[in-house]
Amino acid sequence: MKEKYIEDLSDIKKIMDRSTRFLSLSGLAGISTGLSALVGSGVAYVVIFKGNDYLVPGAVEIAKTGKAHLLLIALGTLVLSIGSAMLFTVRNTKKRNQRAWNAQSKELLVNLLIPLVTGGVACLILLSRGFLGLLPPLTLIFYGLALVNGSRNTLPEIRNLGLIQIFIGLAAFQFITYGLFLWVLGFGVFQIIYGVIVQKKYRQ
Amino acid sequence: MKELLDGLDRAFENKTRLGIMSALVVNDRLDFNALKELLGATDGNLASHLKSLERSDYVVYEKDFLDRKPNTTYYATDLGREAFKKHIQAIEQLLKKL
Repeated sequence: MKEKYIEDLSDIKKIMDRSTRFLSLSGLAGISTGLSALVGSGVAYVVIFKGNDYLVPGAVEIAKTGKAHLLLIALGTLVLSIGSAMLFTVRNTKKRNQRAWNAQSKELLVNLLIPLVTGGVACLILLSRGFLGLLPPLTLIFYGLALVNGSRNTLPEIRNLGLIQIFIGLAAFQFITYGLFLWVLGFGVFQIIYGVIVQKKYRQ
Repeated sequence: MKELLDGLDRAFENKTRLGIMSALVVNDRLDFNALKELLGATDGNLASHLKSLERSDYVVYEKDFLDRKPNTTYYATDLGREAFKKHIQAIEQLLKKL
């Protein structure tokens, strides 16, 4: 009889989690987005930042082609990371016999996108006016806020990853010249570390 | 022992009904298909247990149209939430004594 009630309580908890959280987020998605960020920032360093003092608090003089290249590199990185993250996550949902597009993943997506799109638009405006130095801190901070906001709807570890990104973003505001390095640390290194943690913990 | 068992709600003795209530207390609302996917129940089974919870006034539903298809959305009532909370407290008390 005791076992029946312990099982009841564990069932209740499972259903509450499953009905509010999208738990099939793949650790491999974290690793692949981190690797995409490393590649993207490497290309950006070679093409844009190497030999130029663009990472300063104010606006810089940069040719239109330079802005276009940076935008292109950012878009490429975004497509690569979102594409690979979706691939691994959809594969994970199939393994668990769940649908990738359900009430929980929709809620997660909406909650991630609100801070993310806000930050994205703000960064596009800043880029068009030449404020390159503000892009690393702001992308980190808005990404961190998006993760904290979305963490209610997915694996609880995501909240801490979000807080780390916010913290690194604030550091990048203080040390603007080190922006690219801190960007690599947040979007690359910590993203990969969390991917590995999630992958190990949930044995996907 | 007997008083402890009295705290348990007969409405939640069944696994499907317990599952329905667990999902509805943490979500503002869920439609029939979301509940079905969540609990892995058949249409008939789920419908009959929802009906029984409706009769206890623990859940209410709303019918509307989604892409021209009828869609039924379920909510937990305050009475249902209270009953569910009491039921869990009763289980916890019981486990302490066992």
